[in-house]
Amino acid sequence: MPDYKNLTATQITAMVTSGELSAVDLAEKALDLARTEGKGLNAFISLCEDKALEQARAVDTAIKQAQPVGPLAGVPVALKDNICYTGSLTSCGSHILDGFVPPYDATCAARLVDAGAVIIGKTNMDEFAMGSSNETSYYGPAKNPVGENLVPGGSSGGSAAVVAQRIVPISFGSETGGSVRQPAAFCGVYGLKPTYGSISRYGLVAFGSSLDQIGPLARNAEDLALAYQVTCGRDPNDSTSVAFDHPDYTGEIDTDRKFTIGVPKEYFAEGLDPEVEAAVRDAMAVLEKDGHKVTDISLPLTDKAIAIYYIVACAEASSNLARFDGVRYGLREGRDKELAQMYSETRAAGFGDEVKRRIMLGTYVLSSGYYDAYYLKASKVRELLRREFERTFEEVDLIISPATPTPAFKFGEKLDDPLAMYLSDMYTAPANLAGIPGISTPYGRVGDGRPVGVQFLAGHFNELSLFQIVRILERLA
Amino acid sequence: MPLEKAQVEHIAHLARLKLSPDELEKLTLEMAVIIDYFEQLQMVDTDGVEPRDQFITAENVFRDDTVRPSLKQGQALGNAPESDGKFFHVPKVIG
Repeated sequence: MPDYKNLTATQITAMVTSGELSAVDLAEKALDLARTEGKGLNAFISLCEDKALEQARAVDTAIKQAQPVGPLAGVPVALKDNICYTGSLTSCGSHILDGFVPPYDATCAARLVDAGAVIIGKTNMDEFAMGSSNETSYYGPAKNPVGENLVPGGSSGGSAAVVAQRIVPISFGSETGGSVRQPAAFCGVYGLKPTYGSISRYGLVAFGSSLDQIGPLARNAEDLALAYQVTCGRDPNDSTSVAFDHPDYTGEIDTDRKFTIGVPKEYFAEGLDPEVEAAVRDAMAVLEKDGHKVTDISLPLTDKAIAIYYIVACAEASSNLARFDGVRYGLREGRDKELAQMYSETRAAGFGDEVKRRIMLGTYVLSSGYYDAYYLKASKVRELLRREFERTFEEVDLIISPATPTPAFKFGEKLDDPLAMYLSDMYTAPANLAGIPGISTPYGRVGDGRPVGVQFLAGHFNELSLFQIVRILERLA
Repeated sequence: MPLEKAQVEHIAHLARLKLSPDELEKLTLEMAVIIDYFEQLQMVDTDGVEPRDQFITAENVFRDDTVRPSLKQGQALGNAPESDGKFFHVPKVIG
């Protein structure tokens, strides 16, 4: 086999389809890496060994019999452990889902399997996707392949680590406030938060339902576009998924188009690491030199995004996580107590500190007497923020900014200061609030070698421009 | 506005979370800091702004009321910590 770690998903699927590579060999290679390097990074919570080999055999058989195969034929893929997949544990990084095996597949997982992808395992994550460092996982944090004392970011830290370590060329994570883009930036890979409603949320364990979105991670723009192409589109099982006429993302990724790119001054304010800023400004200069128009803009509500986000996300989480009560799945404590005590003891034992904190905050902002002051107010400011982006995209095609204020930080650095941890989402959360797509692309490194992520944002369903601009930058860099 | 420990206890009850005395102490302090941070939204003028809960589509989705395959009883009960194969079992509620 050619050096597996250097193969892109696009190359793998072409070689599998032509019979040059066997899907089973690829699956075995990926599983082997997952068991060794993946284990060292604590990047997987569980592996789907038997099922992966079964899927790979089905792909090889189809090719031998000259039957059509999908656009991801034989490509090893990993899924964040909050995406339901039959026959494997789905833990959400939480103790409360001990032993839970979903009885159905998430639409995203089903579409990947239909496309010929081979799902090799479920990746580590912050508990219920609540965290920016992977440190809230019940299974201990995944490590950043860049340096083992560095957090991989979160919450989709495991999904970013397995792509950065080249165990799989494509993985999937989920976002509520930056949980794909931030770990992608920290680990030096590409990550997409698609438009809200473009990839079905059916089978994604809910956190903040008005914000949640599944998104792919990859090592290059083309693989990212391919992963998105296969999974996006309307799903009757998710009433918020949108029937949109998606273009051919991989076919149209190369363009001569010159973009107008806005630089929001609020994303370059206090708190931004100077080396990160320098890398982003370098990307701007490179694009300008290539003929794109780079222009200053203002998004005045940016500094309100984290406050809006934590009110809305915690409120929705407190409601969504009410279902974990020791009755239908997972852990049960206080078996000999009354019902209400069984609930509260199960939840006390099953949830970690960060999840408890957010359930408490969410319950508080929704409680009698506070709803208007917090949740309703936040929803109104959120609407103003959405309009701010809408107006901006009448003037520019794209927005450029840092993906994160700093490069990957060290384990323990922010764990005891929840607000400081929340502020690491300050450049990513606005896109989730407005429902717009955003992409993080690796661009350079700071002096000590930690990767920098440059973020591009676009209007609703304008993922094509995002793929095109990162492809351009990939070529110019 | 300082957050009272009794208030946090009340919220914990609403959320069906049993907190240890240490957790209660810590959460009271942490929540106060975060809620104080939330206060900055009061400065934004939102007169006449209607919040929306749908950002992309605002249309209802209709489908025919037809029978479709669904989970079998065994599958639905398969993850339950306690069941008798027919029902989820919970502690006795009525004395």
